[in-house]
Amino acid sequence: MHIIVLMKEVPDMEKVRFDTEKGVIDRKSAGTEVNPFDLNALEAAVQLKESAGATVTALCMGPPQAEKSLKEALSRGADEALLLSDAAFGGSDTWATARTLAAAIGKIGAYDAIFAGEKTVDGDTGQVGAQVAQLLALPLVSYVESLCWEEGKRLAAVVSLWDGFYRKTVTGKGLFTFTKTANTPRLPGVRDKMKARKAVIPCWKLADLAGHLDASETGFSGSPTKVKRIVIPPAPQRQGQCYRDALPEALDHLETLLKSKHLLKEVEA
Amino acid sequence: MSPAQPSILIVAEPQGQQPHPVAYELLHKGRQLADARQASLDVLLCGTPGMETAALIHRGATRVYLMEDPCFALPEEQIFVAQMTAFLKELKPEVILTGATSFGRSLAPRLAAALNTGLTADCTDLHMDENGRLVQTRPAFSENILANIMTDTLPQMATVRYQEFPQAMPDPEHQGEVVRLPLPLPVPDTGVLIEKLRQLEVDITKASVVVSGGRGLKQQDDFAMLRELARTLGGEVGASRTVVEDGFISKDHQVGYSGHRVKPQVYIACGISGSPQHLAGMKEADVIVAINTDPSAPIFQVADVGIVGDLYEVVPQMIRRYGGIWPVL
Ligand SMILES: Cc1cc2nc3c(=O)[nH]c(=O)nc-3n(C[C@H](O)[C@H](O)[C@H](O)COP(=O)(O)OP(=O)(O)OC[C@H]3O[C@@H](n4cnc5c(N)ncnc54)[C@H](O)[C@@H]3O)c2cc1C
Ligand SMILES: Nc1ncnc2c1ncn2[C@@H]1O[C@H](COP(=O)(O)O)[C@@H](O)[C@H]1O
Repeated sequence: MHIIVLMKEVPDMEKVRFDTEKGVIDRKSAGTEVNPFDLNALEAAVQLKESAGATVTALCMGPPQAEKSLKEALSRGADEALLLSDAAFGGSDTWATARTLAAAIGKIGAYDAIFAGEKTVDGDTGQVGAQVAQLLALPLVSYVESLCWEEGKRLAAVVSLWDGFYRKTVTGKGLFTFTKTANTPRLPGVRDKMKARKAVIPCWKLADLAGHLDASETGFSGSPTKVKRIVIPPAPQRQGQCYRDALPEALDHLETLLKSKHLLKEVEA
Repeated sequence: MSPAQPSILIVAEPQGQQPHPVAYELLHKGRQLADARQASLDVLLCGTPGMETAALIHRGATRVYLMEDPCFALPEEQIFVAQMTAFLKELKPEVILTGATSFGRSLAPRLAAALNTGLTADCTDLHMDENGRLVQTRPAFSENILANIMTDTLPQMATVRYQEFPQAMPDPEHQGEVVRLPLPLPVPDTGVLIEKLRQLEVDITKASVVVSGGRGLKQQDDFAMLRELARTLGGEVGASRTVVEDGFISKDHQVGYSGHRVKPQVYIACGISGSPQHLAGMKEADVIVAINTDPSAPIFQVADVGIVGDLYEVVPQMIRRYGGIWPVL
């Protein structure tokens, strides 16, 4: 079984700073990391490798530095890694990103399943996985809460959709997107880290995808959606009142609020 | 179909025999867009036979395109997308809006890819510019920025968060038409077997009061105290991810970036520090109450009523004060 895991490198959201006045994201303010949800996708693939036997390829589209995230994927158990990096891919929206990833997957050729994260913490759309599935005409199993390998060599996932939990069993190829609940990603060992650091990561450019991707389908010009303006709203602040050693006053305040919203039955004294 | 008039189309998601209520919110926003564009405001609803459509018409739909078939009984977006695409390629709406529920967020990207157009996720606002093009506002970078996005291709597609807009008011006099559509295609074999395992224990997104517990709770049983406060106020119990991971309570209750987004009238955070990922799920509540022993906890930054104190002292007093039952220790 060959599993391709889609992994994106994102800014470390705990550290990244936003300049509210200038309306810009200060990308230098933070390092980068692997999108947290993609680590769950990778972990699911590596667990399958251990239980059922599989080859795991991590696939990332991003700037040359994103190589770092692919090395991390190797240290966490991926067998192969592939970077898609070209100035022509820059500025891709989810559609162009999905097209580019799908073209690379088309060139890779043989695979049994594609794993992705539920969403990225920077793009935050959760669209790329579903779009790749449509472009490759694969069934989509989104919001995976747990995954297992069934008798008869099928992948079965528990997903949360609509008003409940469903089991989806895929009889052929499929694309799965993982939630943070699916597993706890392992930490890489020191030796794995050392080995991954030395790995040479192949990189495909637009020219390498000839026959699979046209220049008009990728990057800024290939993107149907365009960001026109960015506003950085001030961090949430409320004119709240804080009570210390004044519980009765706090409860009075809350009672007034609850009554104004008719959430409290008037209790007769 | 009158080809002269553009159509703003809402894709409604079935919830049993009803449309998911986010459709009523989309009708509110959709009405503004349709009026600005002098367009019709239409709904496409796929569901099992016997779907309710009257409320969609009363809340402003010009036409409800209705596809009823047992193949829509399960959340299998590939089946929905195949049938919808065939119809939408003919209707050619200018705008397609879908609720950003988990199903909507799985369906809309496939639909957009099938229609060869762009899609803007999770919009919090929409308006028409002077040229009649859709301006889509959405948060990104884990809610830290708002981006205005426009789509070069047609249809212009967006998903919109649940509980972002008010519902369109029902007007029983409003006239509209239900257009029944046969399935345009045979039901495709998707290669997916699907069965329902269980219903959600609770839908906290619909609760008017949410009382949430975090790592400040010492043990699982202490949720009983929060349950009693929630019951007293007619609400439901929520939780931070930490206690869900610890197995104190099911994921159905998780509030936040990777859980449910809630917008209740009152949110009471008990022993929750207020991480950005938790705030992402509750900061739009009308009133936020925070109980925390640490006066520097970030949750106090967003609280209307902050109580620096031990939840084990504060919550029992709240319960008794507001009419619930809890023993005095
Ligand atoms: C990708 C990603 C997604 C995530 N998604 C979510 C999500 O959806 N939802 C979510 O909640 N988290 C999410 N998290 C986790 C999040 O970052 C925090 O770790 C989590 O919210 C912390 O939970 P907490 O506030 O319960 O715990 P803590 O941060 O440990 O806070 C506990 C608080 O309780 C207070 N306390 C202790 N004892 C008492 C007492 N007796 N009385 C009163 N107060 C007391 C402490 O002062 C402290 O402030 C996510 C993280 C990542 C990386
Ligand atoms: N540039 C990228 N390279 C590889 N995978 C990506 C990329 N962008 C998105 N993905 C995958 O698609 C998922 C959803 O991303 P998004 O639609 O941006 O929220 C991510 O969790 C990744 O698995």
